[in-house]
Amino acid sequence: MYAFDYLRPDRIEDASALLAEHPEASLLAGGQTMLPVLRARLAAPSHVISLGGIAALKGVTLADERLVIGAAQTHAQVASDPQVLALLPSVAALAGGIGDVQVRHRGTIGGSVANNDPAACYPAALLALGARIITTQRVIEADAFFTGMFATALKAGEIITAVSFPRCDRAHYEKFRNPASRFALVGVCVASLPEGSRIAVTGAGFGVFRWHAGEACLDAGGTGNDLADVPLDADCFTGDLHGSADYRMHMTRIIAARAFAALGR
Amino acid sequence: MTPEAPAIMAGTSFGRSVGRVEDARLVRGKGRYVDDIILPDQSYAAFVRSPYAHARLASIDTADALGRPGVIRIVTGADVAAAGLPPLPCGWMIHSTDGAPMKMGVRPMLAQDVVRYVGEPVAIVVADTRDLARDAAEAVLVDYEELDVTADCADALRDTTVQIHADIPGNRAFDWDIGNAAAVTDAFASAAHVVSLTLRNNRLIPNAIEPRAANAVWNAVDEQLTLYMAHQNPIGMRAFIAGYYGLAAEHKLRIVSPDVGGGFGSKAHNYPEELAIAFAAKLVDRPVKWTAERTESFLTDAHGRDHLTTAELALDSDGRFLALRVDTLANIGAYLSSSGALVPTYMYATMLSGQYVIPAIHCRVRAIYTNTCPVDAYRGAGRPEAAYVVERIVNVAAERIGLDQAEIRRRNFITDFPYQTPVVYEYDSGDYTRSLNEALALADYAGFPARQVEAAARGRLRGIGIAAYVEACGIGPSAKLAALGGGAGMWESAEVRVHPMGTVEVLTGAHSHGQGHQTTFAQVAADRFGVPIEKISVVQGDTDRIQAGTGTYGSRASVGMSATLRACDSIIAKGKAIVAHLIDVDLETVAFSDGIFSSSATNRTVAFAEMAYAAHTAAGFPTDQIEPGLVATSFFDPPNFTYPSGVYVCEVEIDPETGTTDVVAFSAADDFGTVANPMIVEGQVHGGVTQGIGQALWENARHDPDTAQLLTASFMDYGMPRAVSLPNYKLVFTPTPSPSNPLGMKGCGEAGAIGAPPAVINAICNALGVTHIDMPAAPETIWRLCQARMSS
Ligand SMILES: Cc1cc2nc3c(=O)[nH]c(=O)nc-3n(C[C@H](O)[C@H](O)[C@H](O)COP(=O)(O)OP(=O)(O)OC[C@H]3O[C@@H](n4cnc5c(N)ncnc54)[C@H](O)[C@@H]3O)c2cc1C
Repeated sequence: MYAFDYLRPDRIEDASALLAEHPEASLLAGGQTMLPVLRARLAAPSHVISLGGIAALKGVTLADERLVIGAAQTHAQVASDPQVLALLPSVAALAGGIGDVQVRHRGTIGGSVANNDPAACYPAALLALGARIITTQRVIEADAFFTGMFATALKAGEIITAVSFPRCDRAHYEKFRNPASRFALVGVCVASLPEGSRIAVTGAGFGVFRWHAGEACLDAGGTGNDLADVPLDADCFTGDLHGSADYRMHMTRIIAARAFAALGR
Repeated sequence: MTPEAPAIMAGTSFGRSVGRVEDARLVRGKGRYVDDIILPDQSYAAFVRSPYAHARLASIDTADALGRPGVIRIVTGADVAAAGLPPLPCGWMIHSTDGAPMKMGVRPMLAQDVVRYVGEPVAIVVADTRDLARDAAEAVLVDYEELDVTADCADALRDTTVQIHADIPGNRAFDWDIGNAAAVTDAFASAAHVVSLTLRNNRLIPNAIEPRAANAVWNAVDEQLTLYMAHQNPIGMRAFIAGYYGLAAEHKLRIVSPDVGGGFGSKAHNYPEELAIAFAAKLVDRPVKWTAERTESFLTDAHGRDHLTTAELALDSDGRFLALRVDTLANIGAYLSSSGALVPTYMYATMLSGQYVIPAIHCRVRAIYTNTCPVDAYRGAGRPEAAYVVERIVNVAAERIGLDQAEIRRRNFITDFPYQTPVVYEYDSGDYTRSLNEALALADYAGFPARQVEAAARGRLRGIGIAAYVEACGIGPSAKLAALGGGAGMWESAEVRVHPMGTVEVLTGAHSHGQGHQTTFAQVAADRFGVPIEKISVVQGDTDRIQAGTGTYGSRASVGMSATLRACDSIIAKGKAIVAHLIDVDLETVAFSDGIFSSSATNRTVAFAEMAYAAHTAAGFPTDQIEPGLVATSFFDPPNFTYPSGVYVCEVEIDPETGTTDVVAFSAADDFGTVANPMIVEGQVHGGVTQGIGQALWENARHDPDTAQLLTASFMDYGMPRAVSLPNYKLVFTPTPSPSNPLGMKGCGEAGAIGAPPAVINAICNALGVTHIDMPAAPETIWRLCQARMSS
């Protein structure tokens, strides 16, 4: 690590003020991405501002039929939260499948969403479920939030305070793990919402994306098997050591079909 | 030397699943590793490492770095050259078939003119803290002129434009062979069947939990050097570092390896870094510490395996093996590491007879330099590569001639021992048929077809694979090793000290880095002396306490435990003399068992602790006949290697839609000879099998073909096996005692890593109905095979 100053505010406003004051500062949530980055000397923030002391970022509430999950909720807390289990079982299951026990007890939904790793799990659920990302400055629809590889619509100084989801019991996230990292080699979240089906794909390319043709297929009464013939945009896919783009395209169809089959199960 | 009659020993402690003494410390976080040692006035080192796989060092500018805060000194190759420190040696001399000695590429402690792999150490920055050292290391300006690279041994051999060592054209360290080529040719000419197979044994990265580490302190007044290092052979390293490098005189060099968190061979070698730390400590006259970061471990801990092999097997019409011909390219990396010449020769080609009668064998091995981290011994070291060749081609033959994979093995097993193979080794003992039968029973081999049908109904392809391995362990018979080109004897020493109150210290030159020696070595003494294990401590890893030793690797604890046994017996012999004096009887009448000395001449008895007390008080002793004190030493050099063997049965299920393989069952029948502690031995099998499954399914060191950069340099890309991905293993022991040591032990540490890879790949080939698939059997590769099968 390079040397930095460590700050631990206990109010969101203070965190925002500190961010404004120190343009070279970084936020720290669970540290499950940030700490490896710091240890590998891939980042050199002047200050690290921990969000861990801010009570207002914690907790899960139900408001207007939407479940609002505080940005600092750990994956383990989301996975075991009674309200999430009852109203958004797919998100609880997704959180319970991230990383390992240690990672789940430190990593947070806010950190994961802000980081937008192209192989991360949460972005698929946010995009498929039509979540909204609530920040210190505004509310951003998931469709507008994930802008590319490790890129989001967040502006400098903007802090995610919560993520709100519509309640939905017909959604499922299916993860085909990269055998080394156990992140998603391909992860697909299929959600059946009142306004129609939504399919989001993570791990397969440069960042999470929706499979509109697949959604149309399901909305036309198609089943998982029918997805086998639905076109995919090859530009969305990329290959690496663990699987070619071609393989990832095929897996997307297979995994989407499995996610669909699991809906309402 | 005549072997002592062995027997399967089982006493009240030895042979039982005694709980691991060391675990109370290790699981509570009270283990003490090199990195835990912080010395007064401690300084820290960071290495400047080559970012290129092949480059000329045009210049090194340390001026800026030297001016950074806290920087004490920067050591470069120029300092190494000025001090006249020699290049790193290889501990084994191999001669090519034409009689020429192997060609050693010069490997300096710190790079001199050229760097030859990514991560090669170029300079050391010593500073007041670890972070300051790292900061300054980034400020060292090295001007590299990039050179062409090669990472693959077949390319390195073909491509004459890349030359890694100026004096070694063709990048060939040696072109060696073993066996009888003419006999093989004759046998092939008359064979009913010939099968051939080309396969790759994938390169592995050891990944011990504890990274390599060193902390060195120089006492300039007394010229004493103390080197704490995470090593598997600290005692043996003293003679080497003193004698070869002359960094301190042998009697003034102390090497300490405290707790060592795994090694798998990777901490048995001699590396530039630890030596360079010792050298730096002398230059700065302050303790210098370095602990590798995980990336450094990936880049610089000697890698394992990396063979490209073509094998041909000749059979008669009954499926009996006639001859085996093998041609191997061994990628040895940029330099010949400590055992880099031994592993692909005498630890590999000598095992190609497997468990079978194969009348004629010939193997050619070309050792090829590439721009990659040096390759050296890694769990199994040569023997996994051999077992993989043999056990794969046997299955290919079985498929070709329509024999069941169990039957072809049964038909060819060696059944009479000792058995002289055509490739050096004389197998000591074994009952291969029994191991096969027990493994098949454990695996319910007969029930497999029904399970396959049931899996097919779920859309899964189920396959079963058998692999039979044999390995040579217990090194070593020093005379035999010397005859094969070895540079050092490999006996083991033990010293047993009995204190006045009857407690016992066992000092051993072996060094546990996870094996549980503190328990198993104590079990030997506990049984011999009839003393509870709590009263025994095992001392290891400090040259100030242990006179001599050759370390722990190659499943050789049997050697150190045999030395322990003999030293215990010397204690008992002396104890009898003491007791004869104490109770005034003739020595011949004194017997010892279960901790009590007794005599046929009297009903007086003397407990072990009483005898010990008497030995130390020496009250009224005839000290001209019996010296006071109670210490005994033994150096045990076995007459032969030991030959553990076993049969593994693996069952897999493949999801043809994704290409994912699940290992659903794994059964192992192992002959380790006498088992000192079944629980610990089961743990060794679990670990070894897990690493073997890891090699077969996930682990793979990959390099960019254009830059020779290691692409799998973190756990994000290097697939380690995880508990969730593995079934519960079913184990059984099928011991036949080894005649090579008084305990009848053979060794168990590497077996799993040797037998598992072919078992897994045989199962996958069986499931898919294909002849071969290379390791690691990645989902995409399998998926493509399934696609091809569906479309054909
Ligand atoms: C071994 C391992 C396995 C993993 N496996 C998976 C997996 O299978 N699937 C998966 O999805 N993820 C996985 N992860 C990543 C894990 O989920 C991380 O927790 C997550 O990516 C980051 O969350 P964090 O709370 O740790 O954030 P941090 O690491 O603390 O921060 C990450 C980034 O987000 C920023 N940030 C944090 N909070 C906020 C906020 N409230 N507002 C704005 N910016 C913020 C930080 O500044 C930083 O740039 C794994 C991680 C590890 C170490």
